[in-house]
Amino acid sequence: MSEQTMRRLEPTAIAGVMSREVANFRTYWKGTTFSSVMEPLVYLLAFGLGLSATLVDEVNGVPYIQFVGTGMVATAVIFSSALPAMFGTFVKHRFQNTYDAILAAPVDVEELVSAEMLWIGLRSGTYGCVPLLVTIAFGLDPAWGMLLTPLFCFVTALGFAGFGVAMAATVAKIDQFNYVTALFVTPLFLVAGTFFPIDGLPQGFQVVAQANPLHQLVELVRAGAFGFEWADIARFAFLVVFALITWRVAIHQMHKRLID
Amino acid sequence: MAAIELRNVVKTFGPITAVDGLDLEVPEGICLGLLGPNGAGKSTTMRLLTGQAIADSGELRVLGHELPGEAKTARGKMGVVPQLDNLDVDVTVEDNLAIFARLYRVPDVGKAVDKALDIARLQERRRDAVDQLSGGMRRRLLLARGLVHEPRLVLLDEPTVGLDPQIRTELWTLIGELKARGTTILMSTHYIEEAERLADEVAVMHQGKIISRGHPVELITEHAGRLTAEVYGPPERLAETRAEAESRGLAVRPAGPAIAIVGSEQADGFVPDDAVVRAASLEDVFVLLTGEEAE
Repeated sequence: MSEQTMRRLEPTAIAGVMSREVANFRTYWKGTTFSSVMEPLVYLLAFGLGLSATLVDEVNGVPYIQFVGTGMVATAVIFSSALPAMFGTFVKHRFQNTYDAILAAPVDVEELVSAEMLWIGLRSGTYGCVPLLVTIAFGLDPAWGMLLTPLFCFVTALGFAGFGVAMAATVAKIDQFNYVTALFVTPLFLVAGTFFPIDGLPQGFQVVAQANPLHQLVELVRAGAFGFEWADIARFAFLVVFALITWRVAIHQMHKRLID
Repeated sequence: MAAIELRNVVKTFGPITAVDGLDLEVPEGICLGLLGPNGAGKSTTMRLLTGQAIADSGELRVLGHELPGEAKTARGKMGVVPQLDNLDVDVTVEDNLAIFARLYRVPDVGKAVDKALDIARLQERRRDAVDQLSGGMRRRLLLARGLVHEPRLVLLDEPTVGLDPQIRTELWTLIGELKARGTTILMSTHYIEEAERLADEVAVMHQGKIISRGHPVELITEHAGRLTAEVYGPPERLAETRAEAESRGLAVRPAGPAIAIVGSEQADGFVPDDAVVRAASLEDVFVLLTGEEAE
């Protein structure tokens, strides 16, 4: 241990906290991976094949199954980032006292939150690509732009991980996540443009949808598959800003919760 | 240099003053027992020392580092063994240790894990998940986790609370070995026997303050004298005896079904013939000073 005073955001501290997540992940990766593959597959079969066979052939010139498949990336990202961040953080803090153990080591709240967000971001960035791979298996042509999908998913997942951590540090009881899910997660998921294009919505909803990070992710993933536009730079910048804001809010809320 | 120096430290939680002008100095190389009833402020003191609680006022210095500003650096040199088991139960024994070796920036993680496994006597269970261990093994692992980086100072927060006597004895042996290596230990406890057995010095904490401090024998001599007489009988007789003893300036405390006349060697023939006279104990001191029943 160095005699010097330690700095903020030390990579070794962040890596140490992430190594704990990796060690735990090794014990449950099979179940998580199974559900991450099965869920988009079920959605694609239900919405993609079901609706395209009966109601919708294509949207804006894209076969409906490919429209839904590319949009499902956002669904996979929010469900593998916001929810694990909310429940995982709450359980580790309240029931397992994990954070008391970590903060007794030379790690501070900023490093702890950053490590938790990075880990969820990496995991979600990987699982977020699964629906795209499944859609390719259902006939979507691979494109070079798709190689950026993990990056888009990672940055979005960082933002939602920060949101989840901040919520976990704010609620008093675990049941209060029902309000968070009903008020934020489900509406964001539904007005992301995953299952239908948002330009069919009333004007007010369209404006709200533009502020929805998931919608920006859906647009970026579709752009990766069907062709980028200049506006996509702004979409990506929006996601980066979203991640930065939730990171700082999560640190602030966790500091209030963990340090007396 | 003292390992721990606290000067006039105050910590409040709303209307409750958990630590109330605390002064505490722990020289290097000793085991100091922080003895106090539940709610005395022991756990808050421990959290102040790790920077997990921030004092309202006062000065705190750990291993030469000012808190809370240099708390992270100080934490790197100290080990903490918490009151509650917060091991990762699905993860193997060795991975639990390796994670903390990394958090403490130990250069050779494998070697540190091996040493810690030796301390915990868990070499043969190293690849087992923690939830397959017995309660005693888990407590030993928790202790070893706090020592994985060979700290100069160890904070033990109620290390044997809620454990059965056999596991408690196992833990005491390990803590004794740690003491023998010259590690500075601050151990909070509300078990009298634990403090008597392990601590070089005992500080009695009550309502957020240290109210007395010294070697256990010195504390007994200072506050309880040499002998204690326990008087048994119906409540009326105990009340009568108590009133009489107190009128003679003797200290009396409840002792389960009896009353204990502390310092009975000075009772000047007053002690009833059927009283059980024994050597004064740290428990007598604890109850006299804090007014709380001992465990």
